[in-house]
This record gives sequence, C-alpha cells and structure tokens, in this order.
Amino acid sequence: MGAPPSRRRPAAGNIERLISLTLRTGVLLSVAVMFAGIAVTFAHHPDYFHSRPALGELTQSREIFANTTGAVARGVREMRGQSIAMLGILLLIATPVVRVAISVVLFAVQRDRRYVLITAVVLALLLTSLMSGLGE
Amino acid sequence: MTPLLFVLIVVGISFVAGFLGALLGLGGGLIVVPVLTLLLHVDIRLAIGASIISVIATSSGAAAAYVREHLANIRVAMFLELGTASGAIVGAYLAGLVHPRWLYILFGAMLGYSAVAMLRGIHATPSDEPPGALSDWLRLNGAYFDHATGERVEYPVRRPLLGLGMMFGAGTVSGLLGVGSGALKVPAMDLGMGLPMKVSTATSNLMIGVTAAASAGLYFARGQIDPFIAAPVALGVLAGALLGSRALKHVSSERLRRLFVVVLVIVSVHMIWKGVL
Repeated sequence: MGAPPSRRRPAAGNIERLISLTLRTGVLLSVAVMFAGIAVTFAHHPDYFHSRPALGELTQSREIFANTTGAVARGVREMRGQSIAMLGILLLIATPVVRVAISVVLFAVQRDRRYVLITAVVLALLLTSLMSGLGE
Repeated sequence: MTPLLFVLIVVGISFVAGFLGALLGLGGGLIVVPVLTLLLHVDIRLAIGASIISVIATSSGAAAAYVREHLANIRVAMFLELGTASGAIVGAYLAGLVHPRWLYILFGAMLGYSAVAMLRGIHATPSDEPPGALSDWLRLNGAYFDHATGERVEYPVRRPLLGLGMMFGAGTVSGLLGVGSGALKVPAMDLGMGLPMKVSTATSNLMIGVTAAASAGLYFARGQIDPFIAAPVALGVLAGALLGSRALKHVSSERLRRLFVVVLVIVSVHMIWKGVL
C-alpha cells in the first residue's frame, strides 16, 4: 500500500533495459563462441593459412553439415572448431526466442494481460516453427 | 584463395552489409547473398543459410541499442510479430510448392512499388487521421527523442490492422526466401501505420530477429548452415550493425529516406533480374 505505483509496477523503461540486456548478452555470448570456433579451426589446420584447395572442401562441399543439436554437442566435446562455431550460431538463433519468452514474463509482472496474450501467442508460433524444423 | 583470405574478405563484406542493414532496417542478407555467390562462388544454398544467420545478427545487434534508446516501439513490435511469425510459418510451408523464380519476380515488384510509394511520401503532408480505438486499446502510440533535431517527438499509430496484414505478407516473404524482409516491414510501418521513419527502422530491426529465427531452424535442419561461412558473416554483420545503429541517430530522416529509396530500387532490379534469368 505504501509503495509508490512505480515500485509495484515496473516502469516501461525497465522492460526496455531487460530486453536490451537479453539481446546484448545473447549476441556477445554467440560472438565469443563463434570467434573461438573459427580460431580453433585455424589452430587445428595450419594449412588453412596458405593452402588454396582447402577452401573448396569448406565452402563447396555437397555434404550436409551438422544438422542436429546432438551432432553439434558431440563435435564440441571433441573440440572440433566447426562444431564450436555452430554452437555459437545456435546461440544466436536462440536469442530472439529468449527475448520473446522474457517479454511474456515481463508483461505478466506488469499485469498487462493483453500483451501477455499477444506475446505468448508469438512465442507459441515461434516454438512450433522451430520444433517442426528440428523434427524434419 | 586461401581459407584465411576467404574469411577476411567475408568478414569485410559482411561488415558493410551490417552497417547498411542497421541504417535502413534491412537484414543485410540481400547484400550478403549476391556477394557470396557472384563474387566468392559460394553454393547458393549455403549463402542463403549464412544470410538468415546474418539477419538475426543484424537484428539483435542493432535492436539492443534501439530498444535502450526508446527508438524501437516494443508494443508495436510485439503486436505486429503476430503477423510476421504466422506469415513466416505459412511462407516456409509454401516454399515447397511455388517455383522460386516467381517469388523473386513478385518480391522485386513489391520492392519497386514500395520505392515509388516512399518517394511520394517524402513530399506528403502528415495525415490528421485520428489513431483509432484499437491503437488506444493496445496502447501503441509512442514517443522518441530525435537526436538530429534535439526534440522529443510524440507520434500516434494509425491503421494497426492494415499493418498487421502487411506484416503477415512480409513474414510470408521472409519464410519463402530466407530473408528478414525489413524492406517490406519498414514501409508497412512508415507508410501504412504512419510511424516516424526512425521508429519504423528501429522497430523493424527488433522484429526481424523473431521472423528469421523461425526460418533458421529449418535451414539448420536441412544442413544448409556451413559454420565456416555463417560464423564470419555473422561476426562481420554484427560489427557493422553496431556501428550503423550508432550512426542512425545522427542522420536526418529525410536523407535516410532518400537513401532507402535508392537501395529499394537497386534490390528490386536485382530480384527481378534473378527471377527472369
């Protein structure tokens, strides 16, 4: 009762700061992991610094790259540079999804039912799409 | 070309794409794909896979700054993401049914139309049309601080349902072509809903990430994401987007709008050319 309204309901500015923080954290984390992945790739393959044919295997290959989270996790455990870079990419893909998920919680805390509903529907659509993609 | 040189060139090109993308509300993918395929002879499927990752990178990198500076309208973004997310799912489904040639031509034509509409908009007087009951109910109307003029600008949001419909279209294109389709999102808000250009650009950047994340899952599952290409593209684009988002507040809306029209025309010709070829 005694607390000012701004204490009970987080101001819109707080929501914006948290969303900004989520995006920045996800981006910084994925940058660090992707950079490490590329660095490890070059460390394991010194010929990449001067060999021309090596590029063909990396960019023209018709083989399918790691396309399950399990394959990426195995590669990371074996310290494979490309798998580490892929982990960074997966973190980047997850960033907007986490942003929407956090928004649902923030609007709920604000008791903004309209936006809890809107954001929850967006999250459901996003997860449905991701799941159907990973399930192919 | 050695792998080292390849990585350095890809990072450099992606940096430029990210900078322009952040300034214009584009994902940068429309610049990255032609350069990767035409200049560096990368497999188109892998180039598109890298593009969709760069789209998420641009969006998140630029949006973090825009949201903090209250330039992006979070409520408008959340409301319109209903349209882009469902559109992206429909688009991803349609992708298997329609020949890509027609999609390129259709997209190019839409971009050309947007450019013409935008050019006309430069000389248009602001509409006096009231925001309407739905905008009030959703509390979409907002305000931002314009660094170029040093004034706080309050703006009403008009025709939210028209915007939602246009976003469904933008989401469908995004799911079909693997692009962020910021080139469609910005006109939808700027021309369709009467938002200030800077707010449209910033809000578009915030929304693009969600749309692209939905398609990225599919590209990953299809094995179209080569980490050796996608990671340097994402790193370059992120650095460029960071710089671009800082430059945005110092550029005047009018100049930005003209620059945007030029980019729309170039991309439009590129898309139609690709479809006809």
